Amino acid sequence: MVWHGRWMMGGKWIVGFVLGLGILALGVFVAPLPASAGKADNSIRFAYDQAPENVDPYFNNVRIGVIIGQHVWDTLIYRDPQTNEYKGQLAESWKQIDDRTYEFTLRQGVTFHNGDEFDADDVVYTLNFVSKPENKVVTQTNVSWIDKAEKIDKYRVRVTTKKVFPAAVEYFAGPIVIHPHAYYEKVGPKGQNEKPVGSGPFKVTAYSPGKSITLERNPAYFKASPKAQAKINRIDIRFIPDRQTQLAEILSDGLDFIMSVPKDQADQLQAVPTLQVVSGETMRIVFMQMNILDNTPAPALRDERVRRAINHAIDREAMVKNIVGAGSRALATICFPTQVGCTDEGAARYAYDPAKAKALLAEAGFANGLDLDIVAYRERNQTEAIIGYLKAVGIRTNLRFLQYAALRDVITSGKAMLTHQTWGSFSVNDTSASTPNYFAFRAEDITRDEQVRDLLNKGDNSVDLATRRDAYKGALKIIADKAYAVPLYSLPVYYAAAAALDFKAYPDELPRFWEMRYK
Amino acid sequence: MARFVVTRLALALAVALAVSIIAFLLLRLSGDVATALAGEGAQQADIEAVRKIYGLDRPVIVQYGEWLWRVMRGDFGTSLYFKTDVASLVLSKLPTTLVLGLSSLVFSLLIAIPLGIIAALYRNSLIDRLALGLAVIGQALPNFFFALLLIMVFSITLRWLPVSGSGTWKHFVMPTIALGYYAAPAFMRIIRAGMIEVLSADYVRTARAKGLPARLVIFKHALRNAIVPVVALTAVQLGFLLGGSVVIETIFALDGLGYLAYQSIANKDFPVMQVVVLLLSLIYVGLTLMADIANAWLDPRIRVA
Repeated sequence: MVWHGRWMMGGKWIVGFVLGLGILALGVFVAPLPASAGKADNSIRFAYDQAPENVDPYFNNVRIGVIIGQHVWDTLIYRDPQTNEYKGQLAESWKQIDDRTYEFTLRQGVTFHNGDEFDADDVVYTLNFVSKPENKVVTQTNVSWIDKAEKIDKYRVRVTTKKVFPAAVEYFAGPIVIHPHAYYEKVGPKGQNEKPVGSGPFKVTAYSPGKSITLERNPAYFKASPKAQAKINRIDIRFIPDRQTQLAEILSDGLDFIMSVPKDQADQLQAVPTLQVVSGETMRIVFMQMNILDNTPAPALRDERVRRAINHAIDREAMVKNIVGAGSRALATICFPTQVGCTDEGAARYAYDPAKAKALLAEAGFANGLDLDIVAYRERNQTEAIIGYLKAVGIRTNLRFLQYAALRDVITSGKAMLTHQTWGSFSVNDTSASTPNYFAFRAEDITRDEQVRDLLNKGDNSVDLATRRDAYKGALKIIADKAYAVPLYSLPVYYAAAAALDFKAYPDELPRFWEMRYK
Repeated sequence: MARFVVTRLALALAVALAVSIIAFLLLRLSGDVATALAGEGAQQADIEAVRKIYGLDRPVIVQYGEWLWRVMRGDFGTSLYFKTDVASLVLSKLPTTLVLGLSSLVFSLLIAIPLGIIAALYRNSLIDRLALGLAVIGQALPNFFFALLLIMVFSITLRWLPVSGSGTWKHFVMPTIALGYYAAPAFMRIIRAGMIEVLSADYVRTARAKGLPARLVIFKHALRNAIVPVVALTAVQLGFLLGGSVVIETIFALDGLGYLAYQSIANKDFPVMQVVVLLLSLIYVGLTLMADIANAWLDPRIRVA
């Protein structure tokens, strides 16, 4: 039946309606978007994929929390990211009185964003508050070593550690920020989250939890600070969970700065003339663990020859060059090279040698190869490359790609065989923050060599630098010689930014907006 | 009728309860909650402390029972991640999601109704095939992919619309299209089928025979009857659109309920996730219930079925 002849008039009316709708929709788009921010008003629009649960640095454990923390607050000590030299920030100077006591002489004339003057009361209140377990600081490792803080006079403070803690200075220069005591006492962490007040180079002027936070230049920032006076007027930080969306934003001039861009996308962004891509090494190390506990589900790994074979099977240099990317370097021990005590001197090295790997496996009775599980939680393309290398020497792996929490369960319950792990040391530049986590009989140690543990404990608990270095060196040598793990490489981070922005990347993954400026 | 409503209400509550139990269990299957809350790199002692603080050391059934008991008394608990009251957190995100859901619904009706009518009028013609093609593409394209295509065209190439955020009405244009387009085909097909049936009915022929203009016949006589099943479908589709906003809100960084759901799953923030799931399932169940009742009221045969 031919309907359209009969209904022609009505049909035309509807076609007209649809066309009208289309024109209306186009009309919506006619006005182009105003270029309202970025270089034009000397601000930086920055996006991050996660929102912090609380802006108070003691009450979140995400990188963006560290970034905001270092811009809004100050620490007693500052570590120069280029030379790793410690400088006074809120403290003018400091000295170690004995194994467990540090004395700080504080800077005068520093004020918080609310106008409160900084003095010893702020240091004492903050340290005593955060070190009490009942105050539930999220990352206890950052504060649990503090025993107490005492005021000597208005500008002098003494801090005692619970036991000998050689990395204390590194923590004073990292996560231990100082809150204004009167305000913090009144509002607590909840109030600090709602209306944050610090002494840093930027102050919070607007905050919508889970959505965005605006930091504005603190014009009254103290001149003596080793952090430079900010040149940028404002940082608009938005939390955009989807990386593709972040990419689209920076491509369409909706953002000026993003970080942790995946390598393949970073490679594509290189070609965009309005953008620059910068890569920097981070403290995050990548390695594989091998379960050799008594109840290991993979008894083959208890054979040193099998472990050495796995070490010989993987071409770290090729992975660094082709998959991981610029800014990364191959590692021979399980720690980050700049960390105090970290060295690969004298430690066994396993060159890429698949023939040798096969020979070692055959010698161990696995001429026909063997089957192992591998657990991993991030950088899946790298795990897949590892799987490829292992397969080439006859090790067939079954990948279990998990969420971090699930991965940790598998490891701590002794059910893992091989792991593809990463560790960022909380950007603490000391070996006590890395190697012991996996080799000093802590929950994730699936090797448990008593000699290694004792050496690591010695390194952790001595004040003498030479003794510490010797102890760590000994432990790292045993781990390498017995092939307890497979050190792989450090991870780089890729930043994409507006081409006109002048900035530098540092290994602690902390973009320093106070240094940045537009060219 | 009253008995029908009571039975349906009981069934709706049972569905909501079942959904909340499944959500509770699923979140626990994907790894230890205390480990996730303590974060990457936490020491065993930190994890144990978190486990104790949040009462995660008790059997799952006890945790669920306690949660349910508190919810029934109107206490939705505190977010483990944002450390704020769950009820006010969820309520603060609801408007964005409602705006997105309703605007998508309107958008999908705006395309589906005219296209459905045209397809019915020009049945088996090129126009009908084109309309059908549009419908097939709408259902076959995953909405996240369609969303990225929109971003590529309208934000990166043409620079007409902002990529993400929820500051102005312009921010809602692409999410509305991405979400609404996906819902349109179902409407279109039902309108096309309804129109075809109605157009061959005797009263339409009579109306034409009286010499009424085609416009009047189509809109006043035919569409009015063809649109009845659309009303029921609208209720179901609105629920679907509200639930479907998880992906779209995450892509466009719209600060609504869907994004909150995504965050709460990623952060194992189960008090928030439970309430979001419960709320979305209640909305869905509520809308379906309304559709059922409306249908039963319109058609007595359904009541006894």
